Amino acid sequence: MRQFVERHTFWAIVIFLIAAAFLWMIFAVWPDWLEDAIGRKKTFVNTFLNGITLGGLYFLVASGFTLVFGLMRNVNLAHGSMYLLGAYIGYEVAEASGSWFLGLAVAFLAIAASGILLQVLIFRRMEGDDLRQTLVTIGISIIAADLMLAVWTGTTYQFAPPEWLFGAATLPVISTLKSSGDAVFIKYPVYRLAVLAVAVAVGIALWLFLNRTRIGMMIRAGVNDRDMLAASGVNVQLVFALVFAIGAGLAGFAGVIGGTALSIAPGEDIRYLLASLIVVIVGGLGSVTGAAIGALLIGLAEQFGLAYFPTYGVVLTFLIMVVTLAVRPQGIMGGR
Amino acid sequence: MFGIGKKALIAAAALSIAGPAMAQDTIKMGALATLEGAFTVLGEDGMRGVKLALEEFGYEAGGKKIELITGSSDASPDSAVRAARKLVEQDGVPILVGPLSGSEGLAVKDYAKTQPDVTFLNGSSAAQDTTLRNPSDNFFRFGTEGAQWMAGLGEYVYEEKGYRKVAVLAEDYSFPYTQVFGFLEPFCRLGGEAPVDARFWVPIGNKDYSSVIAALPDDVDAIYVALGGADAVNFLTQYEQAGGELPLIGGSITVDQSVLGSKGRTRDFIIGTPSAGPISDTWDDPRWSAFVDAYKAQFPDGFPSPSLFAHAYYINTKAALLALDEVGGDLSDGGKKYREALSNLSFETPTGMVALDERRNAVADIFLTEVIEGPEGNLVNKTIKVIPQVSQTLGLSYEKFLEYGQVGRDNPSCE
Repeated sequence: MRQFVERHTFWAIVIFLIAAAFLWMIFAVWPDWLEDAIGRKKTFVNTFLNGITLGGLYFLVASGFTLVFGLMRNVNLAHGSMYLLGAYIGYEVAEASGSWFLGLAVAFLAIAASGILLQVLIFRRMEGDDLRQTLVTIGISIIAADLMLAVWTGTTYQFAPPEWLFGAATLPVISTLKSSGDAVFIKYPVYRLAVLAVAVAVGIALWLFLNRTRIGMMIRAGVNDRDMLAASGVNVQLVFALVFAIGAGLAGFAGVIGGTALSIAPGEDIRYLLASLIVVIVGGLGSVTGAAIGALLIGLAEQFGLAYFPTYGVVLTFLIMVVTLAVRPQGIMGGR
Repeated sequence: MFGIGKKALIAAAALSIAGPAMAQDTIKMGALATLEGAFTVLGEDGMRGVKLALEEFGYEAGGKKIELITGSSDASPDSAVRAARKLVEQDGVPILVGPLSGSEGLAVKDYAKTQPDVTFLNGSSAAQDTTLRNPSDNFFRFGTEGAQWMAGLGEYVYEEKGYRKVAVLAEDYSFPYTQVFGFLEPFCRLGGEAPVDARFWVPIGNKDYSSVIAALPDDVDAIYVALGGADAVNFLTQYEQAGGELPLIGGSITVDQSVLGSKGRTRDFIIGTPSAGPISDTWDDPRWSAFVDAYKAQFPDGFPSPSLFAHAYYINTKAALLALDEVGGDLSDGGKKYREALSNLSFETPTGMVALDERRNAVADIFLTEVIEGPEGNLVNKTIKVIPQVSQTLGLSYEKFLEYGQVGRDNPSCE
């Protein structure tokens, strides 16, 4: 941090000023000229929160994706299918047992298991052949999409989250002052705040796991040099299977979280695969921190685009991707 | 391997012998509905309507057996045309009932022009221009359309509810345009306001309404919502989650059984929402209750009460069968006589008499409704008023009505 400030004093000041302006815009009561310029404060703050929480959801999906890629150089294009399958399995379990949390746990475990199966039965057979693995995952995703359509039909499913997660919370942020002088506070869905909390928790847990544990150390070593890791006596296949299980499990986990925030229907697999791809391209393939930064950027861009210029909102996301590829092709946090 | 091949060959041979014999006493009927995408549950209920009518006739009309062939689309116009082509050109159906969604209807109407010997009956698609401008001679709509469905609602919320300014949230395609026009035209004529920058248009299948909800203005009296199926369910859930407090005005399919009867949380906050449409769940009339009873008996896993999709598909299928009876199942002249019979057909439906105008669009009764909690705890639409025999031109002459211009995002502009 200090190094950064000393090296790039100018940019540090710019970033600090932007952050300060943002904080002011969130907590201050807006003067009229600002309201005239960019609309009501409620819209701004809600869009900002929507962007962050959507970023949290994208991070949950993309972190598994980037983890698998970082270690195995395997662009798993069936990642979206795992998201959707996890959501469906979670839904069935939650419906049958009446417990949303049980659905969440089973979705994680079931998809983690399917990840291990994929790794052991399929990817191990074509190790080192990146292109073939990628093509196989496309095939798997197409077959999986049709099988899921056959089993769960095209209906939209909605989870019933626990009652205390439903409804809106009043935030200590003043939206506007009424003519009587009373403050109107901003309301925000509790569930979406919970999504953000879960994403932050998963992010911290992943960071601790990768940086503070022995297995994490092996994984990081594997990211840098697979062959050396194998040569020093580590069972690389076991590490691969473990990472694949975590990556896939996170996708299934995100399926239930995301399916509850919005809803589950065919086509969501492609949507989240595309989102993860953009997130990791922007953030840098293989970096979990990069996935967090990328997810936040894309989530905010998507929501601000939708709220402030809906017709061209989608362009903003891809604009970020294009600029990243032009200026820093390896992604914001990408090495090499 | 060979065993299967041989069997298939024999089966194929048997079929080809039986084929011509079957053709003489069987008429194929195609039914097309959205069994994929955001409107899946709507399409499923539409198909229930088709089967209900066929069951009523014992799968026989004009002395011939009716063979039902179904097709599926996903609410996009090209998927509907693809499915219609498959039914017409591969399966060779001379009669097709469908599609379900507004823009699908426009596309299938255009396709109908290229198949003059096939008779098309609308499913539940309710865009205005399917029959108003440039209609096709072989396309019939016995269910009414989106602007007709709104009859009386604009006046009702202005006069009875006292709303003066509304925001609009609707899907971005021809059917909601038609509904918004039908609602706003009388509402704005009375002096109501619906600023163009407070109208929000979302694509079909939109999942995340959070940014739209954030952008909804505070200084309106109500929000007019014209979303269907999964889109409506998603919006209502997220609006409640976000602590939304504005009262709603419902489009015809927004507070329909396909939304009210959906699984999940009960959405108590929409009790009292006014709406209008071709049916009313609680209409106190023996014809309607007989229809509801038949629906419940045949489809115990359907909605608590038939949705307007089941109703529209039922009426159109029944019209197809009644006309077949009239011509004795004779379609040998490319269906000319059959279409003649359809044009002159008028009959009793569960919601009253239906007849066609000169552009083959229905004239029928429309119901003004309000959402209440039903006897079994489920939400239903209560009849407030029946508006008799609403025509597509809403009582005006055809030329006069065209002066309103084509429906769209900014029509009427309300200024």
